[in-house]
Amino acid sequence: MRIVFEKRQSVSRRIRVLVPVVSMVFALIFGAFLFLFSGVNPLVAYAAMARGAFGDIHAVAETMVKAIPLMLTGLGVSIAFRMLFWNIGAEGQLAMGGLVATGVALYASEVLPPWSVLPAVILLGMVAGALWAAVPAALRAYLQVNETITTLMMNYIAILLVSHVYHGPWRDPDGYGFPGTARFPEVAWLPRLYDRAHMGLVFAIIAAAILWFLVQRTKWGFELRITGENPKAARYIGIRIPRLILVTMLVSGALCGLAGACEVTGVMRRLQQGLTVDYGYTAIIVAWMGQLNPWGVLLVAFLLAGLLVGGDQIQMAMGLPAAMGLVMQGALLFPMLGGALFAEYRLRIVRGSAEEAVLPQESLAEESKC
Amino acid sequence: MSEQRSGEPILRMVGITKRFPGVLANDHVDLELYQGEVLALLGENGAGKSTLMNVLNGLYRPDEGAIIVKGQPVDIQSPRDAYNLGIGMVHQNFMLVETMTVAENVVLGLQNLPFQPELRGVKRRLEALGERYGLRVDPDAYIWQLSVGEQQRVEILKLLYRDVDVLILDEPTAVLTPQEVDDLVDVLRQVVREGKAAIFITHKLREVMMFADRVTVLRDGRNVATRSTSETSSDELARLMVGREVLFRVDKTACEPGTPVLEVQGLRALNDKGLPALRGVSLTVRAGEIVGIAGVAGNGQRELAEVITGLREATAGEVMVNGRRITNCPPLRAIEAGVGHIPEDRVEMGLVGGMSVAENLALKAYRSSDLSLGPVLSPDSMRSFARDLIEGFDIVTPSTETQVKFLSGGNLQKTILARELTACEGLLVAVHPTRGLDVGATETVRRQLLEERDRGTAVLLISEDLDELLEVSDRIAVMYEGQIVGTMPVDEADIESIGLMMAGEQLGKEGNVR
Repeated sequence: MRIVFEKRQSVSRRIRVLVPVVSMVFALIFGAFLFLFSGVNPLVAYAAMARGAFGDIHAVAETMVKAIPLMLTGLGVSIAFRMLFWNIGAEGQLAMGGLVATGVALYASEVLPPWSVLPAVILLGMVAGALWAAVPAALRAYLQVNETITTLMMNYIAILLVSHVYHGPWRDPDGYGFPGTARFPEVAWLPRLYDRAHMGLVFAIIAAAILWFLVQRTKWGFELRITGENPKAARYIGIRIPRLILVTMLVSGALCGLAGACEVTGVMRRLQQGLTVDYGYTAIIVAWMGQLNPWGVLLVAFLLAGLLVGGDQIQMAMGLPAAMGLVMQGALLFPMLGGALFAEYRLRIVRGSAEEAVLPQESLAEESKC
Repeated sequence: MSEQRSGEPILRMVGITKRFPGVLANDHVDLELYQGEVLALLGENGAGKSTLMNVLNGLYRPDEGAIIVKGQPVDIQSPRDAYNLGIGMVHQNFMLVETMTVAENVVLGLQNLPFQPELRGVKRRLEALGERYGLRVDPDAYIWQLSVGEQQRVEILKLLYRDVDVLILDEPTAVLTPQEVDDLVDVLRQVVREGKAAIFITHKLREVMMFADRVTVLRDGRNVATRSTSETSSDELARLMVGREVLFRVDKTACEPGTPVLEVQGLRALNDKGLPALRGVSLTVRAGEIVGIAGVAGNGQRELAEVITGLREATAGEVMVNGRRITNCPPLRAIEAGVGHIPEDRVEMGLVGGMSVAENLALKAYRSSDLSLGPVLSPDSMRSFARDLIEGFDIVTPSTETQVKFLSGGNLQKTILARELTACEGLLVAVHPTRGLDVGATETVRRQLLEERDRGTAVLLISEDLDELLEVSDRIAVMYEGQIVGTMPVDEADIESIGLMMAGEQLGKEGNVR
């Protein structure tokens, strides 16, 4: 007797939806044990987290502040993941977007007509993110350099460059030595919707709608989906894959750059420590949990942001480490990745010879070989 | 060397039967191997040669039958059992760890290996073995540094190091240069001279005559004959291997070839391993004509199709389609020049399994203005386009939105056919279009090819099925080792001479049979 994986007759949509939900439950149960070990009643802790993240409109606004960069970077990496391009570089693209947006806001505000300052800040931030992403994209498209490594390495360059800039050349001369640039002039402030929650939310919703349309309804999206599903077939039907990689990564990087530009103009209104707080890495979880679907990404980003804010809350209110939120984020990913398997496979218990159960795949290999 | 054969065989396989779902790979196959001989296992692709040897090597369990080694019935459950019985196999794809040295690879998998293997003794023994059998390889070299021929030597050394009595080699010459083939012959001679025995799998007649003392011929999973090479001829072996003397032909109208559509001149290209696969192929296919390419797999047919469709780079030569030069242009240029392509690998390359039937049917037409408005696709026109093709080509599918991977094999191929016949303008390259299909689907596909020809399309048909080539083609060209060794009109072709040419026998000077 043996347990084997068996391919399903059709992909189960029910399980697709169920997996993120069940994963969330798993993570909560896992977290409950951690709270128990810390000597805290998990129910009390979860109640505090929920109150902190979603308890009133101020809490929701604060959660939204964290959700916006997760939404934008999540959308950015999901579009790259669609064609199996592993963009781990959202963090760096976000940093470069923030950096260039800061440069424009600080040094071009007096030159440009006031109405054009904010659009210029945002757009050039997006361009910066796009160009930062274009480097590994071009390396992969034309020289087959592994993008996982290049995008990751470029993060360090971007993050340290940003840090250098606000510690050194762009440091606010009137800042009493505090590391950070001067505050942006008011024309470069991104309007806020409520408390600190800013216009970035609107951008994220518009971006999700545009992405959905692009992927589902355009030739570009069609090519993107084909390439992601079957790169061999993509080549065979004449898709120019290098160009597709470049264009897709420009879009991906632009969204991450937009996230950075929104952070500096909407939240901090200066460049300082706290721009790069791993949104770009969490974005990877967001993209997978959202099943690369734009609306799913928005929803998951909001929930994960709640976990982060809730973690901060229990630190303040109960003296527990804020890292609890991060731990649970990690705990989410494992059942997510494992569970994805069950959408296409199911477990079956086989009696008798185990050989029969594995035969179908073997026989395919055999037919093509002998 | 057959006279050395002494009474009792060292290995017998009796009534071996192996079934896979839907396929009877081995049907009561018998095989005997004597000490001191080289036995060739000859057969076409799919005849069941590799399956039989994988049974012997413990990778598959037979459904019926017995294996008797040195007079004792044995149960071989794994390659390790096979080793313990003195049986070892060199697979077609080598089982070596690229980043380790020759000596490390040889000891890998040995039992009772100390925690830190003492490699000096291993190296000494390897050098001694290399000396004895003419298998010289530097024991300290890393596998990735070695040529394919040298890697094969390492595989053989691995077996000799383990002191096996029976060496199985699966198509050992497929990856070798002629010089390396000669070396391999010498090695095998030396091995069997010392009382070991070897089985090698092949589909090349020339090699049988060159290497082997005896030959066992498999066809459709059954063994049809065993002969001493001294008492047989290439002709007889070809007939046994192909096994057909009577041909069935369908009525087809006489072909009326028009202007040349595909012109290939002096084409050269490398295969995936970087070895020459096309060595100066020239070929013309005219409008309204089907040219069939016969040949045993691996003689350059796949590469020829890939170069014409832009998927593989040519190292020399020209490809012209409808008068446009498309050599080394990206696949899109070939498509735009009017090339349709039914790929060999229909699931891996021809379709996108997770996308719908409608989307798969539109994989090429989506660029046209019928299915899109500027950059935006029109799902409605895609659906009605799909409905037309599903009806026209009789594709059985629950709906246009069904994921294509849930269709049956025949319907998958009809989906590809529908798409490619609609997309192609002038030239269709069809590679093994009926392989694995049932009789009904096969007939449909062949009929469609003929209809397409009558519509004035030039068709290049690559197939290993000689019946199919004889039934459908107007001219047949035979490929062997990257060259076209003969071309003939179909009514002058007979299966025996095609079979001989497929196996590398040169007939006549201009490649003409008669």
